[in-house]
Amino acid sequence: MSGTGGVRFGIVVFPGSNCEYDALHALSTFPEAEPFYLWHKDHDLADADCIILPGGFSYGDYLRPGAIARFSPIMREVSDFARNGGIVLGICNGFQVLTEAHLLRGALLQNNSLRFVCHAQHLRVERTDTPFTEHYQKGQVIQIPVNHNDGNWTVGPGEMRDVEDEGLVVFRYCDEDGNVVPEANPNGATDNVAGIVNSQGNVLGMMPHPERVSEGSLGGVDGRSIFSSLVGRLRAGVKSDG
Amino acid sequence: MFRVSVHITPKEGILDPQGATVERSLPALGFRGVTSVRVGRFITLEVEGEEEGAVREEVESMCRQLLANPTIEDYSYDLEEVTPTVTGTEAGGDAE
Repeated sequence: MSGTGGVRFGIVVFPGSNCEYDALHALSTFPEAEPFYLWHKDHDLADADCIILPGGFSYGDYLRPGAIARFSPIMREVSDFARNGGIVLGICNGFQVLTEAHLLRGALLQNNSLRFVCHAQHLRVERTDTPFTEHYQKGQVIQIPVNHNDGNWTVGPGEMRDVEDEGLVVFRYCDEDGNVVPEANPNGATDNVAGIVNSQGNVLGMMPHPERVSEGSLGGVDGRSIFSSLVGRLRAGVKSDG
Repeated sequence: MFRVSVHITPKEGILDPQGATVERSLPALGFRGVTSVRVGRFITLEVEGEEEGAVREEVESMCRQLLANPTIEDYSYDLEEVTPTVTGTEAGGDAE
């Protein structure tokens, strides 16, 4: 870690989170980043420049994944932060929490296969004008692992057109050539949606785990660009504020 | 005190992977002509209160905020007035 002056990433730990260390580690490989944990009972984001809701099984997925975590004390601050334009990334269970908190559209149903999926997955990058994806190319095919039981993203009847019209889809499941086809969809998600942003573009939820492919020794680096995009964007912001 | 039964089902038009799987499985056991299988959740709770209207309002709010996710689920509930099940001197001792 770089000491003072770096980009502060607050990683929220809920009871049952299990990917917080992976996220912390991925960010710690950037000298400009200062990642740290926030406990779900905290009421203070400790001057975080970016909030990460990690993967896991917060509250044992009781009732619905993310349904209980959404009411954790810190989520009030996270919601205010997001509504004021703060950058929030939800990975897997974090994505589920963000939909339950109404910070992102839709909901995540059980996989249509009724099976837990866990494999390397191709994704197509649909947007590069977000703080999360500036270091990718539009249409680029990347490989990031999925690891979930409830990743079947859906929206209420008739709402999908709004989502497409607003261009909220950032990642779609695809085959290795970038074709968005049903066979490449691991969970039945509507229109192969793997990750979406809110209308303002400052909140991203995604089912795949970029932190697990963020350095060569992990077998892949395709997820690293999300973190480098965030560091780059926020570093510029930190500088201009100072 | 009211005993409340809350029924939560996948919303009309929302895919129901569990329901679809159950529906596909039934013919294998010889059950024919079964359609529209939907798998939901059934929650029972006891809610303190004297006046049914107020309790109903509270339950509605619980459903909307937590028990169901209105984006993907429909809910309904029934109320039945009961005498409290917890009685005696220990009542409330360990309650949160």
